[in-house]
Amino acid sequence: MCLGVPGRVISVQGRVATVDFWGVRRDVQLHIIDEPVEPGDYILNHVGFAVRRIAPAEVERTVALFEELLAAQPGDLLAAEVRSQIGETDG
Amino acid sequence: MADAVHRLEFRNRDQVLRMASRLEQVVRRVGSPIAVMHVCGTHEQAIARFGLRDLLPAGLDVVMGPGCPVCVTDQPEVDEGVALARQGVVLATYGDMLRVPGTAGSLADARAAGARIEVVYSIVQAAELARQTAEEIVFFATGFETTAVTTAAVLCGEFPPNFSVLSAHKYIPPVMEIVAEMPDCRIQGFLAAGHAAAITGWGVFEAFAQHHRLPVVVAGFEPLDILSGLLVLCEAIAAGHTGVTNCFPRCVTREGNRVAQDVLWRAFRPIGGRWRGIAHVPNGNLRLRDTFAHVDARCRFNIDLTGLWQFAAPSLAASCICGDILAGRTTPAACDLFGNACTPTDPVGACMVSTEGTCRIWHEYGGRRSMGATP
Repeated sequence: MCLGVPGRVISVQGRVATVDFWGVRRDVQLHIIDEPVEPGDYILNHVGFAVRRIAPAEVERTVALFEELLAAQPGDLLAAEVRSQIGETDG
Repeated sequence: MADAVHRLEFRNRDQVLRMASRLEQVVRRVGSPIAVMHVCGTHEQAIARFGLRDLLPAGLDVVMGPGCPVCVTDQPEVDEGVALARQGVVLATYGDMLRVPGTAGSLADARAAGARIEVVYSIVQAAELARQTAEEIVFFATGFETTAVTTAAVLCGEFPPNFSVLSAHKYIPPVMEIVAEMPDCRIQGFLAAGHAAAITGWGVFEAFAQHHRLPVVVAGFEPLDILSGLLVLCEAIAAGHTGVTNCFPRCVTREGNRVAQDVLWRAFRPIGGRWRGIAHVPNGNLRLRDTFAHVDARCRFNIDLTGLWQFAAPSLAASCICGDILAGRTTPAACDLFGNACTPTDPVGACMVSTEGTCRIWHEYGGRRSMGATP
């Protein structure tokens, strides 16, 4: 029940979006999302409600973040610049 | 890899192995065993399903805490649902709730005895049921804040007059305090659940991390999300660093989802209450505010529990160790009932019921080398 599932927005009709969950399409409520979504965006679905918009750029950046962690020297993972990239990437 | 990334799958084998190798270096550098806790059934599912424990270094113990909202729903709360259903209302709830043992039986038992209980995926379906009938529909609502916010969204919007809610919602941050305060607590850091933090924001853990002088890392649910979260958490432990680090920036910000928070706290207030197997958790339960009394099943109906108390509790439950498992003190491997008298089709304890319960997950994905180990 508590599973959050990401999907990609196909279309938006008012406060309901049709979302593709990699083959399965479902309607998802947009009542509690904090920014507008449009086709092509990802959303995090939780029991039929979108709780977060995931911008496509954030998805691309995730891979870079993993590589940055792997590239950091042992013991340097908490260096200021890495921390700021991990922790302060609000928005 | 690009296709997988576009399905939001972060499972690249090469990166996973390099991440695991880095994790081993850190744990070796610390030189003594490290124990960390996550508080989310979705984390445990991913760890078990992808076999991640087999990749973890020997000195690192990743324990599941009270992260299954269904499992920690206390018997009296289940009793309220059972009593209401037996009183003749139609009870709608999530499928996980059906087999959770109450004092005298589960919702599934009540349904077998003739009570009307409907399984729904979302509260939206429960409200839709109410639109199609004149009967009273009560939605038995469980789940942490991520689920509670969807209940709040419906109650702050439009719904039919024959619809009400019985809330057993729970709030995660207070129970982390309880676990950290346990006298035998060996947990040195927490992996916080990314989906709950998507609502509350990672800032909600700052006071906790400061007060208990522990590191907290917010992590997502793909294999690389979890391994990178563990890596940063172990680095923090190695460096003696406390504070909150957000390793799930694609979904979590410091402030969280303000719109959802407004809706959540407009409908609910936190009150203290028992979590099954854990303790009385101050501010750990979410109850509807007085302004929502007209849709609160506890106000709308006289829930009569006396009829349930003539039955004795199941005798096997006395040797159930779900409480210790929920508190992260032990694992299903230490339970004599696990896989024997207690199975998903015939559960004794709550952890075997929900797909987010530790026992259920271990039963489903068992056979991993590391699952046989007790801490």
